[in-house]
Amino acid sequence: MAKLTFKTDLCKGCGLCVDACPKNLLTIAKDKINQKGHSPVEITNQDECIGCAFCATMCPDCIITVER
Amino acid sequence: MIVFDKPKALTDAPLHYCPGCTHGIIHRLVAEAIDELGIEGKTIGVAPVGCSVMAYDYFSCDMVEAAHGRAPAVATGIKRSDPSNIVFTYQGDGDLASIGTAETVHAATRNENITVIFVNNAIYGMTGGQMAPTSLPGQVTQTSPYGRDTKLCGFPVRVCEMLSELEGPEYLERVAVNNVKNIKKAKAAIKKAFENQINGKGFSLVEVVSTCPTNWGMTPKDALKWVDDNMIPYYPLGVYKDRSGKEEK
Repeated sequence: MAKLTFKTDLCKGCGLCVDACPKNLLTIAKDKINQKGHSPVEITNQDECIGCAFCATMCPDCIITVER
Repeated sequence: MIVFDKPKALTDAPLHYCPGCTHGIIHRLVAEAIDELGIEGKTIGVAPVGCSVMAYDYFSCDMVEAAHGRAPAVATGIKRSDPSNIVFTYQGDGDLASIGTAETVHAATRNENITVIFVNNAIYGMTGGQMAPTSLPGQVTQTSPYGRDTKLCGFPVRVCEMLSELEGPEYLERVAVNNVKNIKKAKAAIKKAFENQINGKGFSLVEVVSTCPTNWGMTPKDALKWVDDNMIPYYPLGVYKDRSGKEEK
């Protein structure tokens, strides 16, 4: 099973990963604010993640680690 | 098993780029190429002036900061003084295609054995969104509020096409980083540019069509679409020169 880990405090909430996810599992958590003052990304359903790493490929800040 | 993580050739320093700026992706692709070729210890990068001026903080190889536009000249000096070094420059369009045109053209025509990563986002990003030599006709910028008027300001410089007319350069390719497929192609191009240098083949330039959501005045998502709709039609992707392979385009 695939697992995503986010370095949440480095996220700038740009949302490029959200659009890249083929399963539409990622979302920008509007109710949260990280150290940088951005709303960070989070995964809605970890179990459905297929570990394609498209999100990590699009992430400009290298905050996503993908394990499979 | 970890299938994707930050490459070792990038430091842990948080990138200062705006949210959604594709500089971060291109930094990572360069770092991945350095990691995969195992050349971190002998690589020397040359940072430009522009948004990526602090690239020396982000790459864990040795870095030098060059004066505006002079990165290919500095890289020439480093490479010639010790050819066992792997030398790359990382430059934006205001740096490479404007003030540094002479250095770029002459490094290319001498077939200097260096790798040039050219980030083209059609605007001066760091100084606040002024018109660049690569700004598209009709593009609205701070200094062209009614759109770039080609009668007044001329036409954009297509660097790959221009350099491909020279005898010198070994390898010229234009890639984009606006979707996963293009990022994979960009990575292959950047890796090939480094391999060319390792094999002593000569001047390799990879032009990466990039975004500037802040100064284009768009969301990061719209900026990626703008690349597809406007940038790529004007700056067609592909290999412009590959002397060791077969020539295309």
